[in-house]
Amino acid sequence: MSAPVQPEAADAPPPAAAVLRPHAEQEYAAELDALQAEDDRARPPSWNLSPWAVVTYALGGTLRDGTTITPKYIGARRLVEVAVATLATDRALLLLGPPGTAKTWLSEHLAAAISGDSTLLVQGTAGTAEDAVRYGWNYARLIAEGPSPAALVPSPVMTAMRDGKVVRIEELTRMPAEVQDALITVLSEKTLPVAELGTEIQAVAGFTLIATANDRDRGVNEMSSALKRRFNTVVLPLPETSEAEVEIVSRRVAELGRALQLPAEPPALAEVRRVVQVFRELRSGVTSDGRTTLKVPTGTLSTAEAISVLTNGMALAAHFGDGQLRAPDVAAGLVGTVIKDPEHDGVAWNEYLEAVVREREDWRDLYRACRDLSVAAG
Amino acid sequence: MTTTVLGIRHHGPGSARAVRAALAVLDPDVILIEGPPEADDLVRHVTALTPPVAVLAHAVDEPGRVAFWPYADFSPEWQALTYAATAGRPAHFIDLPAAVTLAGGDERPPAKEQALVADPLGWLSQAAGHDDPERWWEDVVEHRLGGEPLELFAAIGEAMTELRSAAAADGWVLDERDRQREAAMRRGIRAAIKAGHLRIAVVCGAWHVPALTELPSAKADADVLRGLATARTRATWVPWTSERLTLASGYGAGVAAPGWYAHLWRAPDRVAERWVVRAAGLLRSADVSVSTAAALEAVRLAEATAAVRGRSLPGLSELTDAVQAVLCFGDATPLRLITGKLTVGEELGEVPADVPIVPLQADFEALCRRLRLRPSAADKDIELDLRGETDRGRSALLHRLRLLGVPWGTVVAARGEGTFKEGWHLRWEPEFIVALIERARYGTTVQAAATSVVAERAARAEQLPDITRLVEAVVLADLADALPAVTTALEQRSARTGDVQQLMLALLPLARVLRYGDVRQTSADMVRGVVDSLLIRVCAGLPASSASLDDDAAADMLGAIESAENAIAIVGTPDQRVAWRAAQHAVCDRASAPGLVTGRCVRLLLDAAVLEPEEAQRRLARALSARDETAYAVRWLEGFLRGSGLLLLRDQVLWQLLDDWLCGLHGEAFEEVLPLLRRSFAEFAWPERRQMGELVRASRRGFRSSSAGAAVDWDLDRVRQILPVLAAALGGSGAEVAGG
Repeated sequence: MSAPVQPEAADAPPPAAAVLRPHAEQEYAAELDALQAEDDRARPPSWNLSPWAVVTYALGGTLRDGTTITPKYIGARRLVEVAVATLATDRALLLLGPPGTAKTWLSEHLAAAISGDSTLLVQGTAGTAEDAVRYGWNYARLIAEGPSPAALVPSPVMTAMRDGKVVRIEELTRMPAEVQDALITVLSEKTLPVAELGTEIQAVAGFTLIATANDRDRGVNEMSSALKRRFNTVVLPLPETSEAEVEIVSRRVAELGRALQLPAEPPALAEVRRVVQVFRELRSGVTSDGRTTLKVPTGTLSTAEAISVLTNGMALAAHFGDGQLRAPDVAAGLVGTVIKDPEHDGVAWNEYLEAVVREREDWRDLYRACRDLSVAAG
Repeated sequence: MTTTVLGIRHHGPGSARAVRAALAVLDPDVILIEGPPEADDLVRHVTALTPPVAVLAHAVDEPGRVAFWPYADFSPEWQALTYAATAGRPAHFIDLPAAVTLAGGDERPPAKEQALVADPLGWLSQAAGHDDPERWWEDVVEHRLGGEPLELFAAIGEAMTELRSAAAADGWVLDERDRQREAAMRRGIRAAIKAGHLRIAVVCGAWHVPALTELPSAKADADVLRGLATARTRATWVPWTSERLTLASGYGAGVAAPGWYAHLWRAPDRVAERWVVRAAGLLRSADVSVSTAAALEAVRLAEATAAVRGRSLPGLSELTDAVQAVLCFGDATPLRLITGKLTVGEELGEVPADVPIVPLQADFEALCRRLRLRPSAADKDIELDLRGETDRGRSALLHRLRLLGVPWGTVVAARGEGTFKEGWHLRWEPEFIVALIERARYGTTVQAAATSVVAERAARAEQLPDITRLVEAVVLADLADALPAVTTALEQRSARTGDVQQLMLALLPLARVLRYGDVRQTSADMVRGVVDSLLIRVCAGLPASSASLDDDAAADMLGAIESAENAIAIVGTPDQRVAWRAAQHAVCDRASAPGLVTGRCVRLLLDAAVLEPEEAQRRLARALSARDETAYAVRWLEGFLRGSGLLLLRDQVLWQLLDDWLCGLHGEAFEEVLPLLRRSFAEFAWPERRQMGELVRASRRGFRSSSAGAAVDWDLDRVRQILPVLAAALGGSGAEVAGG
């Protein structure tokens, strides 16, 4: 049989009003429904699912009726269990970790599973004002009518308290410290006073808060210990195995390459593996064979940076090279990513180059490329 | 007559509680325990011991062949032993004799099967989704079966019968060794019956219960046990530690968390609360602020996590997760601080002096006899000639004992010349024997124990120089087996330190080991590897770390560089020499490097013919040209000329440069420089100084001789004038001199 092959696009035309990125509760509505139907365990007040079902939703599994729940978070089960248990004890949850460890991703899915709503969100930036975590005013109304409940503009935090839902605070430590501290009353007294109206909003059972923060980046506002004490903290680590990281990196690099319309071919798995290995070895301070201990550079060396080293390399290969990703294309990005502090990182990188890269037979090209760079620079 | 078999989990506090309760109900007239019968004589010491302790059995003819049966106070066997001791009932060990196990090679079945056989109750709890078998026991076994201990053990017996037949259906067969052990235990039970005991209690691992409940014909067992090879064996008690309880020995698997088990054993109630409070206390003492409110939240979180995991009681993993999430703000570092103290525990057992001697002590005494060294409380000085075998043995023994914390001998300066002599001051203190017994847990021979002590110290040492000193100690004590541990530790610490000086100082002892030490090939390769990696780090870090040092720091750096120079001279490969010179070159090119170090590096490079003489001259000129920084110039000179002034005498250009600079200094600067210069020149050999003086004088008089110091233009008339005075002063005849 040789039926003419239909172009793929004709098979499944995208819906006309497709949003670029649906919310978790929209995208995985079917899974959530199936879990809800099957879940017969005790649910904390105003939770859509039992804690057990939330854990299953996050980590994946197969239900009795055969529905497959895809894993949303790939990592240690105990971390997710502690996170869900925290929310079940009505404590606030702080997801802490280096950049690119799926903190936001996990918080969105937890909110979707528990409240069916991941949109109550405050994005922390240096410019986040207290209004964003308390409440603001509709000034036209305020001037026309004076302070009234109708003129009040509730923040996501206030809405979550009123409705007994999960509110998410992204990049908590990027907010100015005084804005962060506005959360203290919310978390300890579970109430939000509105002084102008002489009233307050008391949190309904089910209200809880998930914050994410980055423990590696510079330029963050350290949390006050008063606030810190009101959170249970779960640290999300970098990918545990090299294979998992290679998988994440090569998938993202291919996607990004397509998005940027780079003419270069996606990098061979071997090159991805090599970059991931360099990152993992320097990050952990020990070579993959466990034989040699290394100095750890000051930079994050996150998975996301490994991805960008490779996409940069692809861009170089496409525009200045022969379209094939080769060691010199990778080397420039690699050195720039590793050496953030010229003095300390320079020593760490040189040691690594001489003691490890040089010794590996099939890494000779990379050694030479990096060597050429440092000679040119020094 | 009744025989009750109490199936236990080795080191399980739940089992220990149940055994104690069951014995109180049974009131047995004899207690039989799974353990080596050689230890029967040791039972009488039980009340004088402080657990953790271990029964140690060793082959008499081969002190290195040993087996241990450790007990903590939460071990069911230990509870049975103390019950027997306090109630005045006999207790016997009925397992296969250690004589047999020590004689044969001990093959172990594959890991998966072993987990089931060694810890069937733990396996059951895993199967039930509980990762903490003791909490599972508490929840399922104790809470559900209530307070009737004999029913509990009957239930365990039934469960084991089921488990064994299921395993057998799965293809499991009792391995040869276990068949012998069970036969031996049945033999022990029969012997107790024959001795006329009426109420017999047997304490053994749960897995064996079904095999001990029914007694087949004695002949079948006798057949199994007939003709087994045995080794001459002796047994004794040795002190044990919580940490060593975590090691696999005797009963197979070790306990992962002895501290947690001890807590389960001792906490009267509210296990989770008490645990979190203890963790909070430890964190506070480690300067982590922990509030009572936080402790409360940690307990709540542990309970909620247990609920999420479908467990009714929080176990160690839930508590650890909760302590980390709440008390440590998610950070695992403070958690590690307390793990040692809390989860593992830091208990050290005690064994009184009247217990039979331990093999380490026996080995020590044998060594003393062989080397003809007698411990004596009197002070004594001896001198060893390390070329002789006996003296070398003595030296090694004394050095090893020092490593073991038995400072019997102290090294003193030897009287004679030569490096082969070693002087010792000997004095034996009675407490040394106690120290020796305490060290018994490290090994059965002085050599093995010293080796493990070195390994432990290497693993714990924080600073690189501590490890470097260990390297030297290892060489002195002739402990080639300890080298791998030390070099590994050295390798790891060297990566973590940013201190290039320490790295350089570590090189020389290693180089000596490699070059002169009597080491085996494998060890030599390891040392070589460490030297290589140290050198890479040194060469990478030297230029940066030579920058911005004050005078003292520069002097230290200079010492380190010279030490490394010596090391490389001994063991450096051509590649390494090139890299080392390149690093030195980079130091010289750094404006921020101190003069002393820069000057020294230029000199070393000049001597190694890496720098051309013209280049060295250029650099000297540049260093001296910094007119307003005379101190820098003087330091530079000090480094450059260090050790020998011959260079100045040979190279006239250098000499001239120095001379011009010195003459060009204005008065104040000259006075400032003078003491420093004097110090540099004072180091030169006397003939060098004299020649220099002559060179100076010659040049000051406006002419230079072609060969320095050879031709001096005497003014004979003036010389003659002072001769009579000299003659009078010397008391000789003036005429003679004048005539000559």
